[in-house]
Amino acid sequence: MVKLNSAHITFQELETVVELLSHISGFDLSGYSKSSLKRRVQRLMDLEKLNLHELKDAIINLEGFQTYFMDQVTVNVTEIFRDPNYYAAVRDLVFPYLETFPQLKFWSAGCSTGEEVYSLTILLTEAGLYNRSFIYGTDINLSVIETAKKAIYPIRKMKQYSENYLISGGKNSLSDYYTAMYESAIIHSDLRRNIFFSQHNLVTDSVFNEFNFISCRNVLIYFDLELQNRVIKLLYESLCEFGFLCLGAKETLFNREMMANFKLINQTYNIYQKIK
Amino acid sequence: MVKAKKIILIGGSAGAYELMIEIFNALPKMFKAAIVVILHRNERFSTQIEETLSQQLGREIHQAADKEEISGGNIYFAPPGYHLLIEPNYVFSLDVSERVQFSRPSIDVLFETAAEVYRNKCTAFLLSGANKDGSDGLQFVHALGGNAIVQLPENARMSFMPKHAIHSNEKFEIYSNTQIIMFFKSLK
Ligand SMILES: C[S@@+](CC[C@H](N)C(=O)[O-])C[C@H]1O[C@@H](n2cnc3c(N)ncnc32)[C@H](O)[C@@H]1O
Repeated sequence: MVKLNSAHITFQELETVVELLSHISGFDLSGYSKSSLKRRVQRLMDLEKLNLHELKDAIINLEGFQTYFMDQVTVNVTEIFRDPNYYAAVRDLVFPYLETFPQLKFWSAGCSTGEEVYSLTILLTEAGLYNRSFIYGTDINLSVIETAKKAIYPIRKMKQYSENYLISGGKNSLSDYYTAMYESAIIHSDLRRNIFFSQHNLVTDSVFNEFNFISCRNVLIYFDLELQNRVIKLLYESLCEFGFLCLGAKETLFNREMMANFKLINQTYNIYQKIK
Repeated sequence: MVKAKKIILIGGSAGAYELMIEIFNALPKMFKAAIVVILHRNERFSTQIEETLSQQLGREIHQAADKEEISGGNIYFAPPGYHLLIEPNYVFSLDVSERVQFSRPSIDVLFETAAEVYRNKCTAFLLSGANKDGSDGLQFVHALGGNAIVQLPENARMSFMPKHAIHSNEKFEIYSNTQIIMFFKSLK
């Protein structure tokens, strides 16, 4: 049962935590959706049994706590072949265009624990494009990046992922791409070869390469409108001419100025192509 | 479009759909509050509920969109697979964090965040269902000055959810189906 007591953080108090963090660390949460962030911070406080004062004290004085805080407040839920029909759309609508390039660079921005990157890799492999592709996976959260590099996932999740894979139109069986070991599924090493995972903060870091394809899915919903537009600008600047931008199922370019620079490829899955 | 000053929340799971239809049919053409609905549904199917309902009812049923302003007189459904939250600047936001009470969207999450923003301008109904979602959310609505209302369990097709809420706090109001319909019929 919920207890509404003084340990319950208010929006004003949340603001003070956000300010403190941005003053003393590189993490700026001021443009994040407030209600979602508040629930995450509350969850962390409950978990660690901290009141507001103790939370701030930990942020200031406790070695490593700032990173831990960020790891805990970001939402990292993801799946292999999440939104299976999105992947089908990428294969059918985007790959025919990409096929004409000798070299391809992909960026999964906000890749969490890597499932999205490995899904792309499988898709590229089946389309015969993987040998000329390189995929960057980045996230603000260091601990998910570590998991992504390991490419080891709980075996119990594979049933759902296999279904996703088949709905997306996968040609084989998902189990062709991993080795089961006790409770774990380890992604095959040939799928991990053209991949680079690293930390990158979409709020404070800048363009670091030019890509033919960027997916930034289920990340923008955590930002307010203004920050969303700033990040979209960064993604736009990171795309080469006629590169593709893929957003999450509930993230759109419509009603934004930036839309003028893109052509809509698929409305349901929010796939866009940079045209100027 | 006018920003809604009041919000009415409806949360339901198994067995709640029919009553929701009755509610929408009872509504006057115009009303000031915004109505926001969470109906647990299978993520992989029935994603087109808004369209079907709009046609059936002859009035537009919206799917709440991320960072969309909440307008009075509108009926919104949470998109399947996402939690629906209310921001302090009176817009929706979506979130794919962990399920709450095995549910995403979760009634608790909407009720809690709406209660914090709308306070005593928030009325929440918890209807039929077979799980525990909604009880915690109603606690927030009640504690922050809103109206927490539970469907009379005898009137619910699945009484578990309303019963669980009533057991969690005896101060919640209990409405029969007739009272629920009357409430919506007399909205201004
Ligand atoms: C819900 S996950 C999305 C994972 C995957 N793209 C998908 O759709 O399944 C959101 C990710 O965005 C990351 N994120 C949040 N803020 C970020 C920022 N400022 N820069 C980069 N990544 C961020 C979070 O750490 C989290 O891993």
